[in-house]
Amino acid sequence: MATSATIHAHAAPQGFIRKYIFSLDHKVIGLQYYFLALIAVFVGMFLSLLMRIHLIWPTAVLPLVGEIKPETYLSLLTMHGTIMVFFVLTTAPQSGFGNYFLPIQIGAPDMAFPVLNMLSFWTTFVAFVVMIAAFFVTGGAPLHGWTGYAPLSALTNTGPGEQLGADLWVTSIAVFCIASLMGALNFITTTLDLRAKGMTMMRMPLTCWAWFITAILGLLAFGVLLSAGILLLLDRNLGTSFYVPLVVVNGQVMAHKGGSPLLWQHLFWFFGHPEVYIAILPSMGVASQLLSTFSRKPIFGYRAMVYAIMAIGILGFVVWGHHMFMSGMSPYSAFAFSIMTMAIGVPSAIKTFNWLGTLHKSKIRFYAPMLFAVGFVSLFVSGGLSGPFLAQPVLDIPLHDTYFVVGHFHLIMGVASIFGIFGATYYWFPKMFGRMMNEGLGKLHFWLTFVGTYAIFMPMHYLGMAGHPRRYSQLTEVAYLHNLIPVQTFMTYAAFITIAAQFIFLINLFWSMFKGPKASDNPWEATTLEWTTATPPPHDNFGGHTPVVYHGPYEYGVPGAAKDYVMQTDPTPVTAH
Amino acid sequence: MASLSSTVPVKLPETGQGGGVHPPAYGGGGDGGGGDGYPDYGQRLRRARLGLAIALAPIFMFFVSITSAYIVRQGLPTLDDKTNSYVHDWIPVQLPLGLLLVNTGLLAASSITAELSRRQITRQAALAPVKSIPGVSLGDERRLPWLYVTVLLGGGFLAGQWLAWQELATRGFYIATSASSSFVYLLTAAHGVHLAGGVLVLLYAATISLLNKPVEARRIVVDVTAWYWHFMFLLWVGIFALLWFAR
Amino acid sequence: MGLALLVIIWLITFVSTYFFAAKTWWLPHGTAAAAPWIDHQFALTYVLMGVVFLAAQCGLGWLVWRYRAGASSGPVEYSHGNTKLEVLWTTLTAILFIGLNLMGSHVWASERFEPAKPGAVPVEVTGMQFAWYFRYAGPDGKFAKTNPKLMDPSAGNEAALGLDTSDPDAKDDVVTGTMYLPVNREVDLTLRAVDVIHSFFVPSLRFKQDAVPGLAIHMHFTPTEVGDYEIACAELCGLGHYKMHGMVHVVAQEDFDKWLAAREAEKQ
Repeated sequence: MATSATIHAHAAPQGFIRKYIFSLDHKVIGLQYYFLALIAVFVGMFLSLLMRIHLIWPTAVLPLVGEIKPETYLSLLTMHGTIMVFFVLTTAPQSGFGNYFLPIQIGAPDMAFPVLNMLSFWTTFVAFVVMIAAFFVTGGAPLHGWTGYAPLSALTNTGPGEQLGADLWVTSIAVFCIASLMGALNFITTTLDLRAKGMTMMRMPLTCWAWFITAILGLLAFGVLLSAGILLLLDRNLGTSFYVPLVVVNGQVMAHKGGSPLLWQHLFWFFGHPEVYIAILPSMGVASQLLSTFSRKPIFGYRAMVYAIMAIGILGFVVWGHHMFMSGMSPYSAFAFSIMTMAIGVPSAIKTFNWLGTLHKSKIRFYAPMLFAVGFVSLFVSGGLSGPFLAQPVLDIPLHDTYFVVGHFHLIMGVASIFGIFGATYYWFPKMFGRMMNEGLGKLHFWLTFVGTYAIFMPMHYLGMAGHPRRYSQLTEVAYLHNLIPVQTFMTYAAFITIAAQFIFLINLFWSMFKGPKASDNPWEATTLEWTTATPPPHDNFGGHTPVVYHGPYEYGVPGAAKDYVMQTDPTPVTAH
Repeated sequence: MASLSSTVPVKLPETGQGGGVHPPAYGGGGDGGGGDGYPDYGQRLRRARLGLAIALAPIFMFFVSITSAYIVRQGLPTLDDKTNSYVHDWIPVQLPLGLLLVNTGLLAASSITAELSRRQITRQAALAPVKSIPGVSLGDERRLPWLYVTVLLGGGFLAGQWLAWQELATRGFYIATSASSSFVYLLTAAHGVHLAGGVLVLLYAATISLLNKPVEARRIVVDVTAWYWHFMFLLWVGIFALLWFAR
Repeated sequence: MGLALLVIIWLITFVSTYFFAAKTWWLPHGTAAAAPWIDHQFALTYVLMGVVFLAAQCGLGWLVWRYRAGASSGPVEYSHGNTKLEVLWTTLTAILFIGLNLMGSHVWASERFEPAKPGAVPVEVTGMQFAWYFRYAGPDGKFAKTNPKLMDPSAGNEAALGLDTSDPDAKDDVVTGTMYLPVNREVDLTLRAVDVIHSFFVPSLRFKQDAVPGLAIHMHFTPTEVGDYEIACAELCGLGHYKMHGMVHVVAQEDFDKWLAAREAEKQ
């Protein structure tokens, strides 16, 4: 078994630097990732606020930022997307909560490779600094979108921000790839090798399964993104022509020939599609955990849930072409990709049925984490059902590159995943900080965010059907957009309210850390291993002893049991069902 | 559960979600281990090997993606503006075959010496308790330091690759000369960077041996690096074969 | 709280559904031969997904209200799942999704697997930062060569495309900034791009295709109603992406011939 001694053949660290800066403790590293993501999400939200203001008041001169020119708008949207996808959605649910709770939930004293873990955080941090630096160099941040299609991103004279800013953007992403690969390695080894006695794979909480499969996705996808990025850097700086055919920019014939813009798209989306599953799977795991805990009922169909996560992971690698239906790719390939894309809707549907099945004939306790879990299911359904439209190439013809797509991915990847992060925060805050968050503020935060995000992103579907293209800095030139501006205005006001509501969360988070009521070891009466240990957990997680596991993770409402929950470490037998 | 040790894992009894009276005899993660404060080197070695196996997957994916880009680009017709038709513009690179074969030989030899080094330290680690008996010698003093030979051969390979680049330049093939030359430089450079990483780790292993770190800990470093080294050799054979036979 | 969730979830669901059903903001009236087929597939998808949307959201809302801890008296149903049910709903979902896709693929195949029929009007569309140019082959039916070195965007039209005037076929090539098409005739479109990826998108014609540098992409469609239809660029192409629009004028065959003849005459 994975004893303390196997990993930490030394005592807990002393000194501020070893304890909080270069810590090897997965709990500290998890919090470091979480706080990095927290900074990133407020930066990302601020960028989107500027975008929403500019769309409605294009000539407005804002304090601090000044006037937002069309190219500035495009850099805002590029950096908004990049920062949110990488430094928030790939960081908080996986590297943040996963780092903190994977070892504890499987009964391990730490991750398999603590030094590598520490390095992976600091590498991520360096990537973030490089990304932010792009704002401050000559030309500013790049304007080519988070998807960075070549040749727009592969040449330095296609627009402002495409010089040093774009190089920093690519470099940051490349560094982020390396950091993610290090993290994935740790997660997979830990899950396979460090489980405590009795913790079989099929007794792991669904959060652990989600982190595990997500890590495998990252392991196989980020290497491809790294290669794509290196090719892009070579095209930009050393005159190679991987992505750039013979082109003429502003009357100037460029010294490239023979390259393929579609190559970038294939490489990018081969990574990009698994990436969106990396963004959502951990939150799916959290949703399962929360729905079961707060319904006081086992998760409906644990095995099916595990197989669904695996199916989503595997299928996620063969659907990337659905981002390229209009790209000039062969229509026969498009057909093949579209069939696979519809197929991947099936395991997602299974998970949704099972979440609903968990709620059926349960006894729901409406604490803040549960509200976010219910919100997650609603948002996942809404965002998911626009998928079958986009999965059909013939319907992608009117809808590709319109606001329909923007609404789709914001609901299903952005907001749903964020709800998973919020739910996880309210749920695990007591364990991490030893205090409870304010329940009233939590509920208020939920309601404003739930209604607010629907108000922002549901109307985008209407805009998309009406033909409103995405990434337009101004809505004044194309005539048929004029009567869609009231919808954009509505979305901007919804955004004001929703963004303001996030400060309620921020205040609650920090105030409760210092002044919240003290939490017991198991305030939610939950069954998984993190609730068996002290609050907050000691350095080696279990205070010198190694847990032994006797049950699956969701033994709630067991007939005949003393309480309405049986913890995984409880040796009392339960009649197998 | 994954395990690279030679012991046979005990099959887990089939327990349902509800759990049985007792936990399974061997469940979950690796079993055994001292529990008396001594790190279990056997378990740490297995874990390090598992970590390496996992780490090789993204490295493999990285080279697979460049290889697939190579193959597609080779066959890709490109639009010629002047004739308004599609033409194939792939120019085979004149590779310095002799020099590359010598480099391959050096790397093959280094793989052999890496393996010898790995077995040597395995034996040293196994017999470490014996060495503490005064007056007993294992005869190690008369053996070649295979670790250092591997470092030298690896460095020789990298130097040879640098020479190959010089030769390519002399023949007029620079990184941006043609799509084919871009791939040649990219693939050899990427492989070289990964191999250089291996060389640095071997140097680290050599350094910690001079600093008298416990032989079991050094064994883990050398063992994992040797396996990595073999992978790097096979990867080079793959890259070389691609660049030569699919030129 | 359970009631609040039910009310809010149902409200959001009904309000969103209302705007979908009322088609307050909807696809513009389709004016191409493929439009009825595409719109039919769209309608089928949105009815089916709409039903699922209503059922799932209303189900979710009802469940969290019905099974709130305050209401239920008895114990929870201690169940780890129901394999039969899993198989059932998995199969139904697979049939729904894949069936829907296969139905749509007929339309896709007819649009994209076949080339344009003989007799179609050949038009070349070229996108560049930040304008669209349209080239008509003229009486000889052949597009002349273009030369990147001759491109001069500031001079517009022929010069912007770098038309090689030494090529005999170039004499009758007409290049304009506005697109004219004859109604009820298939158009054989060739899409090109000069600098970065653009996308030629005309919502009314249910047509969209990326224009990729280094490729000459052939597509076809048939406009079925006379009218003016706006083109919007649908692939981020730089700071002028939002203003890279144009106009397609679909006119009667005689008017198209007159217009083209006038352009040819201007060239002399």
